[in-house]
Amino acid sequence: MRKWLAKRRAWVIAAAVLLAVAGGAFVWQQATGPGGFEKHEERLTVSSGPGRAEPIALDTAFYVPDQTPAPAVLLAHGFGGTKDSVDAQAAELAGAGYAVLTYTARGFGESEGTIHLNQPDFEVNDARGLLDWLAGREEVELDRAGDPRVAAVGGSYGGALALLLAGYDERVDAVVPQITWNDLSTALFPNNLATAPTGPFETDQPHDGVLKRTWAGLFFATGMAGGGGFFGAGNGAPPADPSKYDPACGRWDPSVCAVYQRIVASGELDEEAMTLLDGASPKTILDRITAPTLLVQGEADTLFGLDQADANARGITGAPVRVAWYAGGHDATGPEGDRDRVNLLTGQWLNHYLKGEGDVPGESFTYSTVTGVRNQQLDMSTLGYVADAYPGLDGSTSSAIALSGPPQAIASPPNGTPAALSSLPSMGSLSSLVSSGLSLDLPGQFAAFQSEALTAPLEITGAPTVSVKAASPTGEATLYFKLYDVSDDGGATLPNGLIAPVKLTGLPTDIAAATPVQVRLPGIAHRFEAGHRLRLVIATADQAYANPVEPVTYQVAVDGPLAAPSVTADVLPSEDSLWMIALIVVLIAIPGGILAAWLIARYRGRRRDRSVHAPDADTPLVVSDLRKTYKDGFVAVDGVDFRVERGQVVGLLGPNGAGKTTTLRTLMGLLQPTGGTMTVFGHKVGPGAPVLSRLGALVEGPGLLPHLSGMDNLRLYWRSTGRPIEEAHLDEVVKIADLGDRIDRKVRKYSHGMKQRVAIAQAMLGLPELLVLDEPTDGLDPPQIAEMRRVLHDYARDGRAVLVSSHLLAEVEQTCTHVVVMSRGRVVGAGEVADVIGTGTGARLEDAFLTLVENVGSRT
Amino acid sequence: MTVQTAEPRADGAAASYRPGKTLTFATEFRRQFTRRRTQWTLGLLALLPLVLLIAFEVGGSSSEGGNDGGGFDAMADLGTAGAANFTLFAMLVSSTFLMVVVFAMFCGDTVAGEASWGSLRYLLATPVPRGRLLSVKLAVALAYCALSMVVLTGMSIVVGGIAYGWGPLRAPLGGEIASPEALWRVLAVAGYLAVTLLVVAGLAFLLSVLTDAPLGAVGGAVLLFIVSNILDAVTALGDLRDILPTRYTTAWLGLLSPSAQTDDMVRGVVVALVYGTVFSAIAFWRFTRKDVTS
Repeated sequence: MRKWLAKRRAWVIAAAVLLAVAGGAFVWQQATGPGGFEKHEERLTVSSGPGRAEPIALDTAFYVPDQTPAPAVLLAHGFGGTKDSVDAQAAELAGAGYAVLTYTARGFGESEGTIHLNQPDFEVNDARGLLDWLAGREEVELDRAGDPRVAAVGGSYGGALALLLAGYDERVDAVVPQITWNDLSTALFPNNLATAPTGPFETDQPHDGVLKRTWAGLFFATGMAGGGGFFGAGNGAPPADPSKYDPACGRWDPSVCAVYQRIVASGELDEEAMTLLDGASPKTILDRITAPTLLVQGEADTLFGLDQADANARGITGAPVRVAWYAGGHDATGPEGDRDRVNLLTGQWLNHYLKGEGDVPGESFTYSTVTGVRNQQLDMSTLGYVADAYPGLDGSTSSAIALSGPPQAIASPPNGTPAALSSLPSMGSLSSLVSSGLSLDLPGQFAAFQSEALTAPLEITGAPTVSVKAASPTGEATLYFKLYDVSDDGGATLPNGLIAPVKLTGLPTDIAAATPVQVRLPGIAHRFEAGHRLRLVIATADQAYANPVEPVTYQVAVDGPLAAPSVTADVLPSEDSLWMIALIVVLIAIPGGILAAWLIARYRGRRRDRSVHAPDADTPLVVSDLRKTYKDGFVAVDGVDFRVERGQVVGLLGPNGAGKTTTLRTLMGLLQPTGGTMTVFGHKVGPGAPVLSRLGALVEGPGLLPHLSGMDNLRLYWRSTGRPIEEAHLDEVVKIADLGDRIDRKVRKYSHGMKQRVAIAQAMLGLPELLVLDEPTDGLDPPQIAEMRRVLHDYARDGRAVLVSSHLLAEVEQTCTHVVVMSRGRVVGAGEVADVIGTGTGARLEDAFLTLVENVGSRT
Repeated sequence: MTVQTAEPRADGAAASYRPGKTLTFATEFRRQFTRRRTQWTLGLLALLPLVLLIAFEVGGSSSEGGNDGGGFDAMADLGTAGAANFTLFAMLVSSTFLMVVVFAMFCGDTVAGEASWGSLRYLLATPVPRGRLLSVKLAVALAYCALSMVVLTGMSIVVGGIAYGWGPLRAPLGGEIASPEALWRVLAVAGYLAVTLLVVAGLAFLLSVLTDAPLGAVGGAVLLFIVSNILDAVTALGDLRDILPTRYTTAWLGLLSPSAQTDDMVRGVVVALVYGTVFSAIAFWRFTRKDVTS
């Protein structure tokens, strides 16, 4: 086991580090992550209907947090969803310590009943029944008997329900309605005339607008399916029980269905429809709301625009209201950073108004503008802003932008086709983000009025207004107003694909006689860059709306400048401030770490023993008790002792695997010996030992750069030693190695022998005092071998020393003055050549060698 | 022949030997520059903008179906708008693979290449101290990486400017950035790309130290880059993907909107620097302790 561990030490360490990191991450996640909860699914029967006298079974899920009693959150889903579509949000809230009740609204999924579109007698009473149920649960904190501490939270259909519930039931303690409506009739039949508001709680539009046909159809079709997503059973699957399925109305209540069919067929609202839609609209009960309300509205929303939230904000007078816009909505999910901001605001709101923790959230207004994309997935990047208070759609300041263009005649096509394309409802970012490529105005059907190029960037936050004149032969006109952002190159962008339809009556036939009307454009948060222009387009038809049937030609003109609202706001700090800190830390830590590593290495280098062992100071090589065990346990050298004195040419002999190469590698500082020492001129040898500079080596073949000539190799090698070129004795060495004129050809083209000779020359560069050659005659021809013999003799004669390792015993016998014979990692014989030969049975070194090696073999 | 006369130094070194003068940056730079591989790579990167230019000219403008809205096609459509757009397109097409290979090659081949030639042991026996050898090799490899980025960017700017003028940078999502500012943006994109590729550089360098096969080091680093890209495409991994080394390689698109978006780039720089440093540090730790057997 121990051996196994030793062998795989690196892997064991790596695994341990990995485990530690994973363990740490797990603990951290446990410590800081959300708490646990239990989820109970149940069919609850509550009293509902008119007078709360009819029982109805609703499909619910109750998320109980670890700590109870806890404040409760009633979480309502969007139109076409079920309780499962808010599961993730419920889990998150439960993790934050709230008892969360989600349920499938009547008419959807597994719940009973038919869709009444958030009518007080039905959907609202359902929710009140659920509050009763919550009040009876011991897991839920109570304000008093029968009154749970509870918030109503939801998006779109669920958002309107949350507002209505807060209006009808004062037990609600906080409301967070998201992307929802104030008035269904102005949302579905918008008419963006900026007339004086008809009431304090309503959008400032008259009620007879233009039918938002595509959205109305989608809305209705979703109710047909009764749950299971926006397009529900749109995959062609048959209904579960065809006999009970109403092909015209699906799960809509027949009363609602009839009204829908009538108003969509006619394209106009009637009294009964108004009453129905008003009942389902929070505008009627806003003044009753006493629960603090956080209104979240989407900027990319062609269904419920910013004006709907604006009307809600103006209507709630009896409670704190905070407004937040984000760059999403029914048309787009919005960027991650914006969703995080909305979640943070929601968390703060509930934390304070339900748990009583945290500061008063205040009534500041946050919004964001799209500034570009952040990566290839086209995730939008946004810049968040915060203002002290919500200023409304007119902004805190307003600038007048002059629009120029003559009165123009525009034609409304028969039956409203072909029509311009501004958005594709519910098609996500397709509909709005890339509107530059999508929006399409048809020739003859629109008039354009354009501003001068902006001298400074203009941020419009709110709904601009403009005064226009129109004339129509029929006295009536349906017009669509769009505000384009036109870049210097002429590319036009319609922010979020939002348009403002207007229905005018009582018009003169001649534009000269027309009285100006104020039109309110859609609310936006958009930055127009310097150099860009604003272009107001007035079109006659739009594919998303019900257009007039009869063909007619209008005249339109702009009367006065566009009033562009702005908000004085500060930029929200980026959510990525932590990463910014991380960047600074990294930028400091890396150079610091490098410096520290360098200092430590320097300190260690200084401390390393470079002193001389005096008795051996003049001895080229002393090997004493050298041992080397490789990582895999192989013992290559096992206690080797020998010396090389000045003037000697020592042959290192031994069969394969005797440990010769390991010894030479250690001598070059490539291997760390496991035991014993090796000194060169009295200095210990190790990796990078300075004394190595007095040693020249050729071990295990040449190491030349194949793309350079032999000469360049020698020059470049010497250059890497950092020593002056005069000390290389280049010409001398080239002559000794007999390199001739081929020295200037590329090494790649050399023969084996030529490479070998260049390598020998490289080892001899600088005429080192100890020359180590491993099989130097490999690849040389007999005359060259003879020459080499002479060279080595001469080399050693001047007080230098040579250590040669070789298999060629005859060669060694002739070349060397001394030999060291190794076998199986040990020295088995050493001394002058003649003495070693004497230990054998014959007259040749080969005989002695075989005897020595065999002796070792028999001993072990 | 005469024995060296100068007295050796106290630490046993030859009189003229100084550890700090062995294998200088200039020497290593020259050693690498003499390689055909280096010359071809730099040459090809210099030629790439010309190849793109010819492709644009021969292929003509292909802006049919401009409603794709994707980053790539939008950039391709805008590629002929001016020097800045041309350069960005050149970087877009080369950053996903070509520059990855280039960085992996310069950093992966540097030690493993010497090992495969057998010259590494002679450098170590010179002796070039191991830490110094590695520092110089890394510095030179990174210098070549930077140089390749500079060549690509510089040539693209010059070629694009001559062919399409020095107009403002047109952002793929609309909007324009005026010329002097546009140049800075383009340079910042090049710098950011170079920084994100430090992940590949660091990993290739580590593999280079661990193996004697240069192809293994280069291929291994490229492979990891691809695997990381694949994991990034697996949305089921959720937040875990945020720490993938390739998570933020396209964050430079944030610089292309009129008001620059740097959040993802900050993340990208942090992640790249951390990975690059960790990989390099392991390389040093390993190399200064290992038995060199090549």
